[in-house]
Amino acid sequence: MVPDAVLRCAAMYLGIVKGTVVAERKAAGLEGKKLLLVQPVDEHRKPTGDLQAAVDTVQAGVGDLVYLVGSREAALACDPWFVPVDAAIVGIVDGIDAP
Amino acid sequence: MKHCRVVGPLWAAAKHPAYAGRPLFVVQPIDERGADAGTSFVAIDHVQAGVGDRVLVLTEGNGVRQILKMGDIVPIRSVIVGIVDHVET
Repeated sequence: MVPDAVLRCAAMYLGIVKGTVVAERKAAGLEGKKLLLVQPVDEHRKPTGDLQAAVDTVQAGVGDLVYLVGSREAALACDPWFVPVDAAIVGIVDGIDAP
Repeated sequence: MKHCRVVGPLWAAAKHPAYAGRPLFVVQPIDERGADAGTSFVAIDHVQAGVGDRVLVLTEGNGVRQILKMGDIVPIRSVIVGIVDHVET
């Protein structure tokens, strides 16, 4: 079985926004990027891994259920795209039809 | 590629422009007998999959960019690329 940490990094996944990260000193390219603290969850909102910081591209807020893309594709969600991030929020979920 | 079961669709009004018009599903990785194996994740659909289908999910960015033909700057990593008829064990 693939460890959660590997899967989290390898695909697109759901998360709940828990807070805002404020960082004054950041690597070049991250200036002006909004960072949120996200808890990865499954389709029933059950936590599935460790909290992580993610760049927000869709103006999400605390409490929102969102979906994220990880790894290199997270950087591709940003403009400019050559930035040092490994998780990006790319959508705010309105509903899931899951049994 | 991962062997998964389609759990259900999800809707999102606010999303990155690259996801516009693309159906999104929650998929659950399964083993060769169909039992859950790992944590569910999100994938876009490229083969008109339905809920409950066993599918193949590509989770590698470069292959995804080749399939979607949207250029090189595509923040999408998981795509359903096949519907599994059966697995022989």
